This record gives sequence, C-alpha cells and structure tokens, in this order.
Amino acid sequence: MNKIIKKEILSDNVVKLKIKAPLIAKARKTGQFVIVKLGKNGERIPLTIVDANVRSGTITIIVQDVGKSSKGICALNEGDEIDDLVGPLGKATHIANYGTIVCACGGVGTAPMLPIIKAMKKVGNKIITILAAKTKDLIILEKEIKKFSNKIIITTNDGSYGIKGLVTDGTEMVIKEEKIDLCITIGPAIMMKYVSILTKKYKIPTIASLNTIMIDGTGMCGACRVSVEGENKFVCVDGPEFDAHKVNFDEMIIRLNAYK
Amino acid sequence: MIKKKYLKFQQDESWRDDLRKSMKNQDRIRIPRVKMKELDPNYRVHNHSEVNLGLTLEQALLESKRCLDCNNPQCITGCPIKINIPKFIKNIERNNILEAAKILKQTSALPAVCGRVCPQEKQCESKCIHLKIKNDPVAIGYLERFAADFERENNSISIPKINKNKKIKIAVIGSGPAGLSFAGNMAKLGYKITVFEALHEIGGVLKYGIPEFRLPNYVIDAEIDVLKKNGIKFIKNIIIGKTVSYQDLHNEGYKGIFVAVGAGAPNFMNIPGENLAGILSSNEYLTRVNLMGASKKGSDTPVFLVKKVAVIGGGNTAIDSVRTARRLGAEKAMIIYRRSKEEMPARTEEIRHAEAEKIIFMNLYTPIKYIGDEKGQVKQVCLQKMKLGDLDSSGRRRAIPVPNLTKILDVDMIIVAVGVSPNPMIINSFKGLDISKSGTILVNQNTLQTNLLNIYAGGDIIRGGSTVILAMGDGFKAADSMHKILNQN
Repeated sequence: MNKIIKKEILSDNVVKLKIKAPLIAKARKTGQFVIVKLGKNGERIPLTIVDANVRSGTITIIVQDVGKSSKGICALNEGDEIDDLVGPLGKATHIANYGTIVCACGGVGTAPMLPIIKAMKKVGNKIITILAAKTKDLIILEKEIKKFSNKIIITTNDGSYGIKGLVTDGTEMVIKEEKIDLCITIGPAIMMKYVSILTKKYKIPTIASLNTIMIDGTGMCGACRVSVEGENKFVCVDGPEFDAHKVNFDEMIIRLNAYK
Repeated sequence: MIKKKYLKFQQDESWRDDLRKSMKNQDRIRIPRVKMKELDPNYRVHNHSEVNLGLTLEQALLESKRCLDCNNPQCITGCPIKINIPKFIKNIERNNILEAAKILKQTSALPAVCGRVCPQEKQCESKCIHLKIKNDPVAIGYLERFAADFERENNSISIPKINKNKKIKIAVIGSGPAGLSFAGNMAKLGYKITVFEALHEIGGVLKYGIPEFRLPNYVIDAEIDVLKKNGIKFIKNIIIGKTVSYQDLHNEGYKGIFVAVGAGAPNFMNIPGENLAGILSSNEYLTRVNLMGASKKGSDTPVFLVKKVAVIGGGNTAIDSVRTARRLGAEKAMIIYRRSKEEMPARTEEIRHAEAEKIIFMNLYTPIKYIGDEKGQVKQVCLQKMKLGDLDSSGRRRAIPVPNLTKILDVDMIIVAVGVSPNPMIINSFKGLDISKSGTILVNQNTLQTNLLNIYAGGDIIRGGSTVILAMGDGFKAADSMHKILNQN
C-alpha cells in the first residue's frame, strides 16, 4: 500500500515523492491535498497533491523538512511504503479563463502552485509566475514552472539568483507593467499576507491557498479554522483556497505558531 | 425484536424456574446494590488507567441474585437495542458467565463498550422493578460489563454464529458505534460487509473521542476483532465521496449502504477572541490525546500541557475533556457551564468522578470574550454570570444573563465543548440526499431509509450529537429493516 515509486531531491531539505495510490490518483482534482502519516507515532500532515497520473495510479507530493514528522517523510526511499495516506481532501481549484494571472509563490509554496499553473494554462490563461525564495538553493521546480508559464520572474532575498527582493517586489513589477485579472498566492502565511495587501491596493482579485495546522483533515477537529471576512471557515473542507483579501492572516499566523 | 411470547417461553425454561425458586424475592430485595470499585482519585489523576475497575465474580454473582426475573421485564424496553437482559443476568446467577456473554452478543456488537459508556440509569435500569418499591435498580450495566470482560479476560471470546448463505454486498460508511452495530447484525444475517473508515483507526468516536480512563482501546479492539472474525472487512483511510464515490460503490455491486459518519463538525460560539492560540474544540483536544497519543512518549503530535484549563460545556464530552486535562497536569481544571449542575447533560457518574478528581465546576457562567497576550495566546476569559429562567423546548430551565455581572478568569487553555454539527463534507458527496435544516440526514424513522434507494443512515448523522447506545440502536434497526426490504425484492 502507498509504495514510493520514485524519489527526487529538489533542494537541501525538499524532496519529491511519487507514490502508488490509484484511488486517490483517479479521484484527485487540482488544488486538493492528502493527509500523510508515518508509523504509530506519526503526525497527520496535509500535503498538496502536486501531480497525479491515473494510468500509472500514482500521485506526487513535495515535502519540505520542517519538523520531526516531515523529516521522516523526507527520509523515505523508493520501495518504502507510507502507512497511512488519505485523500483527496479539500475543495478543488476553480479553473477558468480569467485572462492574465500572476502566480506569486514562495519557497515550498511553489509545489502546490505547480498543478494550478498547469491547469490554468491549459484553459488559456496567460501565466506570469513570481518564483521567490530566501536564496538560490531554495528555488525549486524552476524548469517545470517555466514550462507552463508565459513569463517567470525569480526573486531571492539575498540576490543570489534573479532579482534581489521579495515576492511582492516581483509581483508589483508585473502589476505595473500590465493588466492583471487574478493573483494566486501560495507560500508562508506572512508572505501571502503581504501579497494580499499589495493586490488589494491595486484591486486585483486574489486567491490564497492556506496551509494551517490540521489533524484529521475532514472537518472534524477545527484546528485549521481561519476567519474569512469575520466568519469561521475550516481550511480542510471549506478551503484550502480563499479570497485572500478576506482572510485574517494575522490570526492565522498566531494559530500556526501555537505549538512552536 | 424480541416477542413477548418468546420471552415468556424462555422465562419458563426449567433452569430459570429453578433459579427463581432457589431464593425468595424478599431475600433478593434485601441484597444491597453492588458498588463498583474504582481507582483512588488521588492516584488516577496522574495516569490514564481505567477508573472503574469492574466487578469481581463474587460481586457479580450476588448482584445477579437481585434480579427478580420478573414476569414483565421492563428493562428490555428501556434498552435501545433490546438486549434480553433477564436471560443474561440469570446466566450469571447460575455461574454460566460465558453463556451470559453470548446472549449479550446475540444483540449487541459491543457489550464491553456498552457496559462502560451507556447511560443505564436513564435506560434499562430506569425501568427496573426495584424502583417501584423505592429500591436501587439492579446494576445491569455493571453486569453487562462483567460478562463481556470475563470472556475476554479468560480468552474465551465466542464468535456469534452467522448465516453464510447470502452473498449480498453491503457497504458501511464509518466505523463508529452505529456502523459497528449495523455491521455486526448484518454479518449475522449473512451479508458480505465492508466498513469504510476515513481515519487511520477503526472505532470512530470510541477511539478519538472517549478517553482511555473511561473506555480503554484494548476493550474496543477486542470487540472489533470479533466482528472481523465474523467476516466483516474493514478498510481504513477511505473517504466515501472523496476517495471513492457513491457511484463507485454502486458499480462495485454494493446493494445497500449504511451511512454512519457521525456528526463530526465541532461547534464554536463565535465570540470575540475565540480563534486565539490555545483555544481548541474538544474534538481537537481529545483527538490529539486519544487518537494521536499526543501525551505519550514518542508521539509526534503535540498537545498543550498547561496548568489552568477551562472547558466550556456541560456534556459528557466536556467532562471527558476536563478530566483529560487534569491527567495531563492541569492544577486548575474547570468546567464552565451556563446552567446549574442539575441541568448538566453529562452522566451523573461522570460528574461524580470529576468532582472526586477535584475538577472545579463554575456553573451559571458563560464566556463572552477571550483575551490574549502579546503573542496571541489566550490568557483570560471574560465570563457572564447567568441565572435560570423558564423552561425551554428541551424541558430544562433556560440560562439568562444577569445584567452587569461579569468576571475575568485567568486561563492557559480553553477547550470548547458546546456540541457538534453534521459534517457537510460527507453529505455533499451524496447528491440528492434529503437533509434537514440543521444538516442531518432525513430518514424514515421506522426504517432509517433515506430518500435515496438502498441508502440508510443512523447515529449522529441523523440525530446531531447523541449517545453511543442510540447510535448502536440505529445500527440495529437499520440492519433489521434493510434485511427485510432486501428480501422483499
């Protein structure tokens, strides 16, 4: 069950795993995620399904080593099996032809962005991607993103690659150059918060895909709740994507840090 | 359902007759109701060991003598699944405990569970003939637990006989008490049962909700094991409607579906500050501790281990949460409930246990606001003083605020246990299913059929938040009616 077919190391602490999971591969839609749990003591961790192949019955996930449990997943090798894998969870991305979309992704947030870019491109959108990271080594999936983007801007905090600056700098550059119909942002909560502030200023509709703490991932625990326009929403069943301008990111950041 | 005539016939069996004659009723009445031993409160608040220790054989034999084996046993009518109570108790009296356990299992898929968590004082025991003479009722629940524990502890677990003739495939969605009860009864009738569970453990609320100190996991697992031996197939990590669609089940030849997914979604009060760090639903807290083992060494799932914990609510889940917090080191573990103690929906026994464990009860208060520190962690709760008013629709006295009377309480963590609502995720996956205003699945109350062909539903998904035994009763009823209807065609 859930055997790892292929492992690829994307950066120092990010790995890509192709997993045999035929039922999930068949049912999965763009933007949905799975919950992964290793061993008896493992945490239940939500991870976006980056790609799926119905014919080979596989799904692809990308994991960043950020703690004990994700370290365990990163350490898995080809041939290993994942004890518990459940999904696909969450609502699918609304795929439509919006016109020009700017996709602002940071760090490992690039991974969940990839399937959205692919699907949005396929229905005729013009895709401009801002690929941001702290430093050059943390830029992932550049080749794949390039393939499905009309234009790509890379920014690094330290200037080691692309433009020196933040994802918001790249995004604002694009906004000033051409008319943007939609912005999609995925990355650390603080990054999404500032992208959202920026696009609000320019009145550009913006979608953020949230990565809150979850346990069951099926709407049972409420750990993932966020305030969206003052209303409680569960990221696992009502999301993960929300209108970024309505999300209370400050509250979300507090809750993300609750167990740190 | 057990027919009256059949009951009478069984009561007339010679061994029952002999037992009745062996002791005069007036002597039986004089025996005081048994008291179950429990762990010392000062000891048990430092561990998760089961609080109630069960009866000894001597205690059980004596208690069984208290049952008069009366002509018109009302206890059975008080049981949602109609267990043949006098028959199992009289088997205990004649020291045939394994037979008693078998009788329980003819009806109940989970006797060791029910013996622990059923509110017997409101069900079977509330109908006991002893009450008519102002005597304590027979401790039916204790005896049920005793018989089920006895066969497990003596490695003599019997597997109920099943009818192997039928090959019809039936799907059960959810492995909580409703699903397990349904599966067990359908297996006995000879159906091929597959139970689909979304989580990584079988048992539903019995596993993630009810704590170890009230219902140890090994007790649940032993009963699930019996179901497995009855040929029931359990598949974990599958969400019907997500991983597999209803249409997929249909295409795979399932002729009936029982939806027993529970209520699931935790309610919040939507008051200021409720999304501060350190405020969680009872579902989250109990799932972390019970299902994920967060307080155990080696577990990757974290849980707050803090000193001042307030639980909002007055039901069994609230009591389970506050007693769990106490065991995880809370020095001040508090219940905040808007009505008085008498109106609390929790079982009397649970409240008594909580009191012994020095849980602080703050009755007639309700939170109106939470206050956080500079990091966004909850540090205080603002409480509104309440008083009791007129009766409401539930027959309890309404709680109404006392104007201008509030107080601030220091807390490190808040657990919100104010009920659950049906989980829309599951319902949305069955297109065309009739749903009530409150989000529960609408069923025919007699058959538990939904408006969709061959789909039945039971447990919290039709009731909102309810009890284990009512869920099991639904499983029993749905199995009965699905069997009848499948055989008409």
